[in-house]
Amino acid sequence: MAALRTRASAWWAGSILGRHLLVALLGLVVVVVVLESSSDFRNLQLASMAYLGIAAGGLTVLTGLNGQISLGHGALMAIGAYTTALLLDDREASTPLPLVVLAAVVVTLLVGIAVGAAAARLHGPYLAGATLALAVAVPGIALYFKEQLGGEQGLRVVLPDIPAWVLDLAYFVTGQDLTRSRYVAYLAWLTLVITFVLLANLARSRVGRRWRAVRDDEVAAELAGVHLGRARVSAFVVSAAAAGAAGAMMALTVRLAAPSGFTLTLSLTLLSAVVLGGLGSLAGALLGAALLTFLPQVVTDIGVDAGLSDIRAAELAPLVYGVVMVLVILLAPAGIVGTVRTALLKRRLRRSAAAQTRTAGTNPTAPGTPGTPTTDPATTTSKGSTT
Amino acid sequence: MQQLLNTALGGLTLGMVYAAFALALVLIWRSTRVVNFAQAPMAMVTTFVALVIVDAGHSYWLAFAAALASGLVLGAVIERVVVRPVEGGPEINAVILTLGLFIVLHALAAVIFGNRYRSFPAPFGVRGIEVGGTTIALTGFGIFTILAVLVTMGLLLLLFQRTDIGLRMRASAFNPEVARLLGVRVGRMLTLGWALASVVGSLAGLLIAGGSLVHPGYMDSVVVYGFVAAVLGGLDSPFGAVVGGLLLGLALSFVSGYVGSQLVALAALVILMLVLVLRPGGLFAQTAARRV
Amino acid sequence: MPAMLTVTDLAAGYGPVRALDGVSFTAERGRVTAVLGANGAGKTTLLRTISGLHRAERGSVDLDGQRLDRVAAERMPALGLAHVPEGRGVITELTVEENLRLGALGRAGKVDGSDLERVYGLFPVLADRRAATAHVLSGGERQMLVVGRALMARPTTLLLDEPSLGLAPRIVAQIFELLRGLVESESLTVLLVEQNARSALSIAHRGVVLNLGRVVADDDADALAADDQLRHAYLGF
Ligand SMILES: Nc1ncnc2c1ncn2[C@@H]1O[C@H](COP(=O)(O)OP(=O)(O)OP(=O)(O)O)[C@@H](O)[C@H]1O
Ligand SMILES: [Mg+2]
Repeated sequence: MAALRTRASAWWAGSILGRHLLVALLGLVVVVVVLESSSDFRNLQLASMAYLGIAAGGLTVLTGLNGQISLGHGALMAIGAYTTALLLDDREASTPLPLVVLAAVVVTLLVGIAVGAAAARLHGPYLAGATLALAVAVPGIALYFKEQLGGEQGLRVVLPDIPAWVLDLAYFVTGQDLTRSRYVAYLAWLTLVITFVLLANLARSRVGRRWRAVRDDEVAAELAGVHLGRARVSAFVVSAAAAGAAGAMMALTVRLAAPSGFTLTLSLTLLSAVVLGGLGSLAGALLGAALLTFLPQVVTDIGVDAGLSDIRAAELAPLVYGVVMVLVILLAPAGIVGTVRTALLKRRLRRSAAAQTRTAGTNPTAPGTPGTPTTDPATTTSKGSTT
Repeated sequence: MQQLLNTALGGLTLGMVYAAFALALVLIWRSTRVVNFAQAPMAMVTTFVALVIVDAGHSYWLAFAAALASGLVLGAVIERVVVRPVEGGPEINAVILTLGLFIVLHALAAVIFGNRYRSFPAPFGVRGIEVGGTTIALTGFGIFTILAVLVTMGLLLLLFQRTDIGLRMRASAFNPEVARLLGVRVGRMLTLGWALASVVGSLAGLLIAGGSLVHPGYMDSVVVYGFVAAVLGGLDSPFGAVVGGLLLGLALSFVSGYVGSQLVALAALVILMLVLVLRPGGLFAQTAARRV
Repeated sequence: MPAMLTVTDLAAGYGPVRALDGVSFTAERGRVTAVLGANGAGKTTLLRTISGLHRAERGSVDLDGQRLDRVAAERMPALGLAHVPEGRGVITELTVEENLRLGALGRAGKVDGSDLERVYGLFPVLADRRAATAHVLSGGERQMLVVGRALMARPTTLLLDEPSLGLAPRIVAQIFELLRGLVESESLTVLLVEQNARSALSIAHRGVVLNLGRVVADDDADALAADDQLRHAYLGF
């Protein structure tokens, strides 16, 4: 019995990639069902949720797994978005979309390397400060290079025509014509799924273990042969790359790359999303992204009903994020996903303990002992696990 | 030649303000190991307090005093209520907390005061002074700015170096456990430290605002410059923060005057990155590199 | 001799780790009581629990008729208790004189120059370096500084955690000699934690030996020093 269990868990542990791909496949099915059954407007909203989710996913890996903070993920998204806009400036732009996204990721990655090599290498508040500077500096760059980057107005993004085979495939699978909004939503969600699979695998790999080791105990990590600076910089760079992909998707969704889209508030609310969801959890990042996408409308409506002007009511959403962020840190630092997970785990432990006392009522020490085989090691650490 | 002089004078004035803001960050960093990024919206909120008072028809000086007083209270309340529970916990929690506060104060100000730009008065002229036929970029308000920051620094220096309370505050910052054993109420000292830092931040906010426009985000770039200045001088050194602020003010003034004001923040980022690569301990660090 | 400090059934720990497990002993007024034991015996935890830095899970501490458990660490100097922590606790960023002045701030009465002069009299090296940052002091000088700083509060009882740590034997002897003098001239009560059992017993009247958080011996210093078995088992000399 015990042997069987061990073998089963060994398989489970050995096929992390398989498991992630399975989850990804299920996720894609859900995406298709949801996107097909919602309106054009909802599709665009869901596309926003996807790009916010991608950026939040990158950020949660940095903050949750490596213990670093970036206040500049909004600015990194801007870099991805502007790269996309520059490559897709008219209908004749011939760069294939995957290459455009790749270019956005690469450019953002390079910026990530530059900032990371200077600031993430060091222990302390330097990365937070440098990324804050980035967040404040990036809009200015767009304003200064008005000719190339469009100044205040920004750059228009021209979405290339949907390839014929995609249209055919979509019709074949769903029996409906693919609208441009839905196409964009598919692109964004596909990118999200790919990014999350990559991030989840990375988190479980040697690299991810190093990140966590550095987060938990620098001295121990260094003694174990981890190069602290390299681990920190790599975590930031990976995280920046995700933000680049998110920026590309944002550009495609909004069809515009303009300074007003990438304010400091964007960077900070992304952080609030990952704190809310639970640091280090990709599922939490997605949940946070959903809140960032759908909460503002609800809260703004409440504000308008309460007699605030539209503009002021629009500020209620960030107010809620901020308050919740403060409360989460004070009351439930594991975030929503982490807290729920811990609660579930406790219940499971209690139940299995009860079961054991029933079957082996004479053994009072067994129930609830840490490390009983019913405990999946992946779920015991609220911070460490993904998806 | 005249542009050079004026750019330098403008830089000096701004540098004083950055120095004050950097000092506020350093005071809190030294005692609680948190870079209080929320210092920016805290200062902004107190400036709005002043604006409300001025709009109600009261004098600038009453508004000025009220802003500083509200800064004192705000700093103390925030430390006592919000920051205290996470002190001694994981560093990252305290940082996230200050960022949460950042968002809250920002949004709160926008909800209450609106998101548009409003002009803020100055008690002294904001035109350049005439010297021998040419106008130089030193304004009456600029002189007031420089004097106000100098006086504040002098008072802080006296407090820290010459009084028992200052000694207690320094001891709490450097070694809280030993300070407790010697009878220092460390918690109170931290509250006081946050309160004082917040006053200095408010002062910087008022000086930036004077004769200019304010809105909920108007201090956001200043916190960046304050941080860069603090790192430039070595995050732990109040003296370094002041020198760093002056240097940064000058440098950024030249970028603004000769390259373009839009690139000032980028220049600050570049300076920060250079310092971190070349002298991560700050310009005055004895050893060139601290442990990475 | 009447008891100055009475510890009764004290228990404390770190999560699941039991560092103190029912420790009881008394320290007599105007005497040196040595607390001995190997690494991890619980000596530092004992001092930290007495002075309120660490929470007691059980038991009580009594200083001259006053209950100390549940009293915050900040209030100890006012009650006459001074604790010199392990690793010395010099605040290296402050000057020598600032460190000393700080020592007097926690006590009840007004500070005057005579306290400083007295400490400088006891430790002339400190007088020479009063304006220097404590950072530049040698190990022995730092030990003198923390003892002097503790004396600034005019304590009745002094808790010392491994004052000999990392010091050359000659300096250790010098410091212990000074301590002996202080105990005699000021009728100070001293609780002296040491791994260097031989030196500690040479100036102590009594000794308490801890092992794994429990008292395994509590006797006159001479008797402890003469007990070969105990010496080999716990004291390492
Ligand atoms: N902060 C801590 N967290 C967890 N365990 C601790 C902590 N401090 C001490 N301990 C444990 O408590 C026990 C007693 O430690 P303590 O420091 O009191 O011993 P000690 O006698 O002072 O040792 P030493 O001679 O090395 O100073 C040891 O088992 C130690 O590992
Ligand atoms: Mg010890």
